[in-house]
Amino acid sequence: MKSRWQILIVDDEEVMAESLAAWLREDGYTVDTAPSGRAAVSHARETDYAIYFVDLKMPGGMDGIETMMEIRRLRPDASVIIITAYATVDTAITAMKEGAQEYIVKPCNPEEISLLVDRIIKVKNLQLENQMLRKRLTGQYEYRDIITKNSKMQAILSLVRDVSSLRSTVLIRGASGTGKELIARAIHYSGDRASSPFVAVSCASLAETLLESELFGYEKGAFTGAANQTKGKFEVADGGTIFLDEIGDISPKLQADLLRVLQERRFYRLGGTTEIQVDARVIAATNKDLTEEVREGRFRDDLYYRLNVIEINIPPLADRRDDIPHLARHFVARLSSEIGKAVSGIGDDALKVLLDYDWPGNIRELENAVERAIVTTRNRSLCAEDFAFLETAMRARANWAVPPISLLDIEKMAVESALGRSQGNIKEAAASLGIDRSTLYEKIKKFGIQR
Amino acid sequence: MKLACIAPVGFVEDDILAEVEMVIRNNFGFETQRLPGRPSPGGAFDHDRGQWSAIEFMKDLVASRPPEATRILGITSDDLFIPMLSFLFGQAQLNGAAALVSTARLRQEFYGLPSNRDLLMARVRKESLHEMGHTLGLIHCPDRSCAMCLSTNLEQVDTKLDRFCRACAASANTRMRSLLENDK
Ligand SMILES: [Zn+2]
Ligand SMILES: [Zn+2]
Repeated sequence: MKSRWQILIVDDEEVMAESLAAWLREDGYTVDTAPSGRAAVSHARETDYAIYFVDLKMPGGMDGIETMMEIRRLRPDASVIIITAYATVDTAITAMKEGAQEYIVKPCNPEEISLLVDRIIKVKNLQLENQMLRKRLTGQYEYRDIITKNSKMQAILSLVRDVSSLRSTVLIRGASGTGKELIARAIHYSGDRASSPFVAVSCASLAETLLESELFGYEKGAFTGAANQTKGKFEVADGGTIFLDEIGDISPKLQADLLRVLQERRFYRLGGTTEIQVDARVIAATNKDLTEEVREGRFRDDLYYRLNVIEINIPPLADRRDDIPHLARHFVARLSSEIGKAVSGIGDDALKVLLDYDWPGNIRELENAVERAIVTTRNRSLCAEDFAFLETAMRARANWAVPPISLLDIEKMAVESALGRSQGNIKEAAASLGIDRSTLYEKIKKFGIQR
Repeated sequence: MKLACIAPVGFVEDDILAEVEMVIRNNFGFETQRLPGRPSPGGAFDHDRGQWSAIEFMKDLVASRPPEATRILGITSDDLFIPMLSFLFGQAQLNGAAALVSTARLRQEFYGLPSNRDLLMARVRKESLHEMGHTLGLIHCPDRSCAMCLSTNLEQVDTKLDRFCRACAASANTRMRSLLENDK
């Protein structure tokens, strides 16, 4: 949580700056020192420090207040703490007026500094978290998330750019975890519909009737519980893109409804009598072999041809191993700040483990593996040991015969053994199960597991 | 086996040194050796503050580490400071060779209270573990019961235990192992 925040101490007395720096480093912060205001400003140009400790009295041109003003001009979000040897009300007032966060008198009680720094960093962490949530909500960094140097993927990305501003339907094929939604988002956000909504619907997760009302909306009283008129996803996506994931799983009835929408661009809400017209681009995705589904009569061929105007096939991760190192580094950078743990890189020994693994769950599995390693590691850089669970998983897959017991029992066993391995540590157990903490708590309660 | 030297600086009681040796041996797997007593470094005393500069102590420790020792832990009864802070329980080089613990403010007498030897020993064990932990690269731990938790007052020292939490213990272990491997 701490060491990605950097601190600069500005003091002409080297001993003073260095000893405070050493003390703060024990807390996990990265700390630099500068001997003058001028040096501090040039440091500030290069590095985005979270906190500046600035000595009020410095010889040679810039004093503490001038230094602070210059820093605040360059880095308005940074916190400046003014240090002085003697408290005079006047300078304190000037410092605060010019934007100093705090004013401390040296020598200072260690507890006071520690609390002050903690408080500032806590606020910065919150701000960062909010920023990240906002970015995620608006889908801003999705396109950047496609990390690839692989030639097949490069070809896909150039196709994405070519088709982004067309209105044609796109069918994305790929095993689960290969990032089909990312490609769909990339098409949407790089085209002329980018400022309109991108609406994703997973067709597999909902029962038929629910999916129907989800897609097309309903009028008040259309069924029990339909208390208000509600817009469906097609309407919400008007002007933008609707992404229908796991399209291979929809029922024959819905296949017919969908075909009509694709042909006529209009539909009725459930229980409605007014025709709704929409302009939503459809991007569908599936991990099934749809041609096989068509041959078996489970998927309408007319719908298949409507959907399959442009086809994109995403290779499994095992076929683009050259991307594993950049993907892994990218996930380390993103997840360590999301998780709030100071993990700054990944070692060559760890990359070797990742390159040797077969990745049946593709990129999502890689992302989960990196997340799990970050949660459990005590190192600053992930090492092979942090990914030992992959080897266990591989061996387990090879040797494990499923006993004749219920899914529920297997789930309970998995939860119990994860808790056993982590010695009751919820965070670790949840990470190893690939679920979040609240889900784990629910399961512990559900199965009545004693911790 | 790796060697850690325990260096008494100024007058330090024997039972304290024995306690420190024990806690270092038991928790890190260091071999320990007690160095002969040395005087507090000249020029370290600040007359205005009535305290001793931890910086001078650290310099002195770094310079007097025997070549065969990987770590040197100084123990002193002097009250330490650095310019910015009013006092220190101890100090260490993060990922370095030298660490320092002062018993001055770990003693009940410092606060005008009756002496309590057991309490003092417990505090000495915790702070010695803590500073040695820093030399192995450990940073402060959010777990309040872990010896690596930052304590800036005695209440915090007394709250933590004289051992590492699981995560810090694992980390310390890894560092010890790589220290031993570097030998080969
Ligand atoms: Zn510490
Ligand atoms: Zn700990």
